[in-house]
Amino acid sequence: MSMKATLRQVDGITVVDMSGRITLGEGCTQLRELVRDQLGKGSKHLLLNLADVTYIDSSGIGELVSGFTTVSNQGGKLKLLNLTKKVHDLLQITKLYTVFDVYDDEAKAVGSFGKAET
Amino acid sequence: MNTEASVVELVLESDLKNVEVAEEVARRVSGTAGFDEEDQHRIDMAVHETLINAIWHGNKNDPSKSVWLRFEIFRDRLEIRVRDQGSGYDPKGVPDPLKDENLLNSSGRGIFLIRTFMDEYRVESQAGKGTEVILVKRLNPNHSSDQ
Repeated sequence: MSMKATLRQVDGITVVDMSGRITLGEGCTQLRELVRDQLGKGSKHLLLNLADVTYIDSSGIGELVSGFTTVSNQGGKLKLLNLTKKVHDLLQITKLYTVFDVYDDEAKAVGSFGKAET
Repeated sequence: MNTEASVVELVLESDLKNVEVAEEVARRVSGTAGFDEEDQHRIDMAVHETLINAIWHGNKNDPSKSVWLRFEIFRDRLEIRVRDQGSGYDPKGVPDPLKDENLLNSSGRGIFLIRTFMDEYRVESQAGKGTEVILVKRLNPNHSSDQ
């Protein structure tokens, strides 16, 4: 099963509902293109909802980090929502849990962006 | 479980699609060996990362080259061997992904995860014979299988 991503706008924030696998190959490529496309459209505040992500590998983690730095360098923010236990554990192990802003409540996550530039 | 080792072997073409096949076998074998669900996932991930290294870095994604896997269940452990047809690599050459200066690197976490999830990780490279990675996960001595 490859990755699927559905985009919606909530109060000026792009919420990306992701599902499936974020792994080397198709999943990572899709995530990279998604971030690039959104930045290209001027959407600089991204909230990735990982609730239905079934598998993420070291390349997928790397792609999240890459997305985080790319968006930050453009003056935006990339945050994470609804980590599964497996993804949570991976971010803890790799010391990235403190790098990302992580939420389990969508309204709070959206509100945390402040006055978003869209 | 009887005292003789139980063995599963498979040969896969160097195609990333086959990584999921190896994951599925790893989950089933580790379940049969008596590992709990969390350890099954850790073993699955270690095999996934090792396969990626073998296909991507070892065999350079060349479909004419194969990756050989061997799962061997012992009374006290699961041993997994993954052999490619590449020219070898030195895992010591991979920078520590937990260091502050490497934390935001977009790669370099695969071997770290394998080491974290398994009890042993060894790499044996011989010129002309590819690279063989040996992964070992020990069973908790209190696990419920008949020993």
